[in-house]
Amino acid sequence: MQSLKRNALSMSSLLGLTFVTMLAAQLLVFIYVPTEETMGVVQRIFYFHVPLAWNSFIAFAVVFVCSILYLRRRDMKWDRLARTSAEIGFLFASLVLITGTIWSKTAWGTWWAWDPRLTTTLILWFIYLAYLLISAYATEESRGARYAAVIGIIGFLDVPIVALAIILWRTQHPGPIIFEGGLTGAMLLTLMVCILAFTLLYFCLLVQGTSLRRDRNEVKMLKRSIDEGK
Amino acid sequence: MENLEYLAAAYSVIWLAISVYMFILYRRQRQLRREIDSLKEKVKEKGG
Repeated sequence: MQSLKRNALSMSSLLGLTFVTMLAAQLLVFIYVPTEETMGVVQRIFYFHVPLAWNSFIAFAVVFVCSILYLRRRDMKWDRLARTSAEIGFLFASLVLITGTIWSKTAWGTWWAWDPRLTTTLILWFIYLAYLLISAYATEESRGARYAAVIGIIGFLDVPIVALAIILWRTQHPGPIIFEGGLTGAMLLTLMVCILAFTLLYFCLLVQGTSLRRDRNEVKMLKRSIDEGK
Repeated sequence: MENLEYLAAAYSVIWLAISVYMFILYRRQRQLRREIDSLKEKVKEKGG
């Protein structure tokens, strides 16, 4: 009972911290940060696009680690964590693609270009779509978890390719401006706060999603115990 | 301000998608908690 109370308290603290950080991020993006000279106001998409991409990578890294742990230990808790993280990563990756196409339309005049960064991101999106479909529609739970874990491990190989695409190939996509020192002062601060806010949001969704899957599992076990008692 | 509609579109899509996802999680969790309570009652009835 005490641990339940403690969990609820830490979840409330996490939610509160996420809300405050997200609010600060919105204020920084729309009020504080100066408008970029070349692209104008639409450049502000960058402050959502980059944190979403960053967090989709974190989510897929969590899938990768949990998939290895599941295959080694066959404990369903790792599968539940991996599935939840894959779901959030897929949502974030979808938003990266959508905000990317909006950016592309204003910067390059076209909604889509078969650019290495965009193409590898689209491949990543399809890999995790396959992951979610296999884990959802497998006829046997343990088999679905096993297949999904294999995809979660192999699929992660695309993440460094996506990250390095702007260095490995000639691409229209902007380069790694953060590491090249292209962002300074207000812009850098805004981006960092946005990354922190979306990372906290990721953890909130992960805790909530994992708890939901735990409840789903409890329902299944209770139903089984009722059926066995008949 | 140039291209403001694109910024508005990106911003709306992000928050709409995240809100819908959070709402689905919340609603599903509430349904499951209700189901757990009713199943626990059934187990208790059978046990008692």
